[in-house]
Amino acid sequence: MRIIVLVKPVPDPEKYNELRIDPETKRLVREGVQTVINPTDKNALEAALVLRDGRIAAGEDSSVTVLSMAPEFSRDKLVECLAMGADDAYMLSDVAFGGADTYATSYVLAEGVKKIAAEKGENFDLILAGNESADGATAHVPVQLAEWLGITHISRVCSLEAEGETLRAVKRSEDVLLTFEGEGQAVFAVTRDINKPRFISAMGIVKARKKPLSIWTNEELGLDESAIGLEGSPTQPGRLITPELGRAGRPLLADEDATAEDAAKAIRALLGKEGF
Amino acid sequence: MNFNFTEEQEMLKAAFAEFAKEEIAPNAAKWDEENHTPLDLMPKMGEMGILGVFVPEQYGGVGLGHTERVMALEEIARYSAGLAMMVFTHQLGMAAILDYGTEEQKMKYLPGMCAGTAICGLAVTEPGGGSDVAGQKTEAQLVDGQWVVNGRKCFITNSHCGTATVITCRTGEDEKGRSTFSCIILEAGTDGYGPGREENKLGLRGSMTGELIMNNARVPEENLVGEVGMGTPIAMKEIGEVGRASMAAIATGILRGCLEDAVKFSKERIVYGKPISRLQAIQFHIAEIRCDYEAARLMTYRAAAVKDEGKPAAAEFSMAKYFATEAACSASKRLIEIMGGYGVVNEYAAGRYHRDALGCISSGGTSEIQKIIVAGDTLKKY
Repeated sequence: MRIIVLVKPVPDPEKYNELRIDPETKRLVREGVQTVINPTDKNALEAALVLRDGRIAAGEDSSVTVLSMAPEFSRDKLVECLAMGADDAYMLSDVAFGGADTYATSYVLAEGVKKIAAEKGENFDLILAGNESADGATAHVPVQLAEWLGITHISRVCSLEAEGETLRAVKRSEDVLLTFEGEGQAVFAVTRDINKPRFISAMGIVKARKKPLSIWTNEELGLDESAIGLEGSPTQPGRLITPELGRAGRPLLADEDATAEDAAKAIRALLGKEGF
Repeated sequence: MNFNFTEEQEMLKAAFAEFAKEEIAPNAAKWDEENHTPLDLMPKMGEMGILGVFVPEQYGGVGLGHTERVMALEEIARYSAGLAMMVFTHQLGMAAILDYGTEEQKMKYLPGMCAGTAICGLAVTEPGGGSDVAGQKTEAQLVDGQWVVNGRKCFITNSHCGTATVITCRTGEDEKGRSTFSCIILEAGTDGYGPGREENKLGLRGSMTGELIMNNARVPEENLVGEVGMGTPIAMKEIGEVGRASMAAIATGILRGCLEDAVKFSKERIVYGKPISRLQAIQFHIAEIRCDYEAARLMTYRAAAVKDEGKPAAAEFSMAKYFATEAACSASKRLIEIMGGYGVVNEYAAGRYHRDALGCISSGGTSEIQKIIVAGDTLKKY
């Protein structure tokens, strides 16, 4: 079983107070902000490692490849994935990829997947990814990637098991759990409750030194520049608004004997006055 | 000169920190209060590569150095100095086996110790001796191919959980009639050997400290570590370069706890309508703690780097141990002062940091012993 895991380096969620948005480009300023592996991508990698190890224990060949589109300074995040147990890693890094929305990002990643398959001379079976990134949180990329590749996709996966060639995925949807079973290539976007990612061990870090990590620019991918990066992105950020967060309580009812129903009426009237 | 860790070391530090934050931080106060030794964490730390980080791969270790070992101890001690104490004493015994043991001993003991399924220690101190080496009374005699050991060790970390402990014993005397000592491995379960009284300590709780009693305990001749009569140099080298390095690292971890807690508390505590972090009196305390932390860190990691270069580092570790442990005492006192009444409430860690820091002073030789070592080295070099 050949598994590809999509990984995105994101600003450390614990350091969000240090983040700022460039008022000109309206993009997140990533330079100088400590990055981490997107938390749910670590869940995806853990799920992939468990599936791989299960296959290997059963005497089969299996591997986990990590793929990321990211600036080159995030290379150490891919080394972390190798230290966690991935077998090899590919990083798609080029200024031409910068400024991409999810549409252009997923396109570049899909082309990366195809090139990895061509390089290795074998197709992948599964692609796993975190359901959404901690910064953008659109949850678009895994689904769009599957569409570019023309394969099945299931998002919000909270359990994933393999039995022979059959995969069983449980998806959380509102208040119900939906179970899907099937065979063949697919993209699964997993949530945090699928597992607890393993710690990175010292042995893993030492072993990561010897594992292959390839960095591909657009020279290697050969993609039309009008289809990638800012130019290939149909989504453009609009106006930046800083919401007013001032909070001041004001009494709605003067009568101490007012009931909950009186309060509801008063709130409804206030909302109506505010245009809701 | 480069003061930065390598990319790999930064990654290790982050990995150790994540482990400490998730597995140690939530339990540290409870272990201290209940004086509980979390033995179940040893295999987990083995899996993380913490225990055998400095041991070559062929013996089950990771094959890195003492800089990385010190790094792991700082991260553990940031939350639990008591647990760090247990880990370092385990490594102290392992280092003696690694540096002086036979190939058979290394293959027999080190893989399990790296994995955390076996627990090691090094026992030197006795009621009448410790830093006073010649005061040790524990004796071993070679009888029919076995060492027969009699005596009592005290203040021994891992006394009640060690599965194999390296013990210094008097085995003879030199031409001037002075006692000579040897290191012998005693395994738990050996007839006539076992733990005695367990101490109820002021600080560093969560690590077991107590007596080891040998009453005609018989172990095979091949349990000798190094050569007969080499016990004192072996113990002094390991205590000097592994033990004191560890105490310096543990104190550095306590200092970081003091620093982080001081900043957090002073930003959150509002007095007269503003956070106390805006008061200069508080800022002076924070600046002192920061300087102490940075200085302790530099001294400790520099000493570890000297050892990793294969150079003698005993004086460097003595300086680091002396400075870092004394600094941890004063920083934890400052933290208590910053926190006012909250500082003496056990719900907060400040009091524990102070008790742990005081506990660090006597481990591996008091500050006065360190000063004697530093003075000796200084008078030779300058």
